[in-house]
Amino acid sequence: MSAAEVETATDALLKVNNIEVIYDHVILVLRGVSLEVPQGGIVAILGGNGAGKTTTLKAISNLLGTERGEVTKGTIEFDGIGVEASSPNELVKRGCIQVMEGRHCFEHLTVEENLLTGAFTRGGDRAGIQADLEMVYTYFPRLRERRTSLAGYTSGGEQQMTAIGRALMSRPKMILLDEPSMGLAPQLVEQIFEIVKKINEQEGVTILLAEQNTNVALRYAKYGYILESGRVVMEGAAESLRNNEDVKEFYLGLGGEGRRSFRDIKHYRRRKRWLG
Amino acid sequence: MDVLYALLLQPFVFMAQEPLIFAETVVKGLMAGVLYSLVALGFVLIFKASGVFNFAQGTLALFAALTLVGLMEKMGDGLPKAAIVVIAIVATIGVMILLAMIVERFVLRPLVNQELIILFMATLGLSYVLEGVGDLTWGSDVKVLDIGLPDGVFDIGGVYVEQLDVVAAIVAGSMVTVLAIFFNKTRIGRALRAVADDHQAALSVGISLQQIWVIVWSVAGMVALVAGVMWGSKSGVQFSLSLIALKALPVLILGGFTSIPGAIVGGLIIGLGEKVVEVFWYDVHGGAVENWFAYMLALVFLMFRPQGLFGDKIIERV
Repeated sequence: MSAAEVETATDALLKVNNIEVIYDHVILVLRGVSLEVPQGGIVAILGGNGAGKTTTLKAISNLLGTERGEVTKGTIEFDGIGVEASSPNELVKRGCIQVMEGRHCFEHLTVEENLLTGAFTRGGDRAGIQADLEMVYTYFPRLRERRTSLAGYTSGGEQQMTAIGRALMSRPKMILLDEPSMGLAPQLVEQIFEIVKKINEQEGVTILLAEQNTNVALRYAKYGYILESGRVVMEGAAESLRNNEDVKEFYLGLGGEGRRSFRDIKHYRRRKRWLG
Repeated sequence: MDVLYALLLQPFVFMAQEPLIFAETVVKGLMAGVLYSLVALGFVLIFKASGVFNFAQGTLALFAALTLVGLMEKMGDGLPKAAIVVIAIVATIGVMILLAMIVERFVLRPLVNQELIILFMATLGLSYVLEGVGDLTWGSDVKVLDIGLPDGVFDIGGVYVEQLDVVAAIVAGSMVTVLAIFFNKTRIGRALRAVADDHQAALSVGISLQQIWVIVWSVAGMVALVAGVMWGSKSGVQFSLSLIALKALPVLILGGFTSIPGAIVGGLIIGLGEKVVEVFWYDVHGGAVENWFAYMLALVFLMFRPQGLFGDKIIERV
């Protein structure tokens, strides 16, 4: 059962088909990841450190090149056309933009300037950009108050808002959201996910997010993929993942059935236990 | 005791006794500093946007000045002087933009994601190529560059100031203003600063690094043209012009590699320091400090303030 069938009958906006990613010609990071994101959906990629979440997103946004990584097998199709031929800036123009892990705001630019860089690909459309700036401030009222501060001096939450707002300024069809909860207070995480959901509903922006915070991610996403060691080990509707015993025990911390023998546990769970 | 006297007291006594000589030295020093700043500016631009120390910046200035002189010679005397100058300058700017595109396409693009030291080596190679091309195209003899800049002397209360120096100062001042506006108020300028802050994030929001590089190298080429014209008008267009790049290095260490105001202030401090130490501390060193003073000052800065006066805090990029 694919995500597209669970959600709606519309075509998938993004199709990742069995991709393999190798860094530096030798390090195999993704070994056959496939996923689909339906138009207008919120899909989550879950998994621990080093599972390959970020690499998957960067493969989609074509940012791997800057880290000496390359997609060696498989295909990625965004909006019906492959992404291999497009440079990152062409992809942004086509409507696929990534919010990188750790925010990556431009520290020496003000919050407002940061937002405006997001509209770079739109050229001189002044009126449209101004209107969208207002839209971003409506979603993130906090940013309006901080508009003249240097982004480097704002708090983690404000930086995350700036990064998301900046992506929104490009008028995207899809936002790839990498680890939005990283280093933020639980309350703030909740607030940011609320806004992301609102953006998804009101602006019709499709969201693909990578998260370690399985609990929050599965409450907002409609479909989820669990990645481990560069493979999809489980996928399903968010609801069914939330109720899955393995997911409960290893990702949500809701064991409750006492200790079990190590031998009974499947490979991906054993690994989780060692790391956890 | 004599040494201490010559080092600590005598210069100041001298300054107090001869205020006119002092004033003239200061003005001369500042004016020389302006010219250093002009060259340093080009370095800062490219360093800011790509983190590369562009060794070819000096050669770029030489190449621009050579092209300008060559074009003016080619056009002959048929046209009025002013028209020739304007046409030649516009054409040279065109050549510099073309050069920026060529550099981006054949030097920077194939070397994307390489170590910075490799890019630095590439600019070293580029400087030799440019030098060769300049020589082959326009000949290697010393050329006189005369674009009609004033060459008289102002007499301000007994202090003599060369008019050319004043023009250079005005040009440098307005260039810094224009660059500041360009960097802070325009869409492209914002993108340039974004790229300087975080390459990958800039890529992720859809800024094209290739486009930015062409723009930065074009602007650096125009700055080089201005520097080349100023130096060339002063001392003729010749090979040694490319060596002023070496004087710009201490300026950058002083001012900070990433700061436009730093390039200006650094240049002024070095120009001023050189001249004042040369004239007033003559008894201590016996002359010819101008050749090494800047480097010594840079060395001191490297030991105590490696990021320079205005540079960004040094943060290791990953």
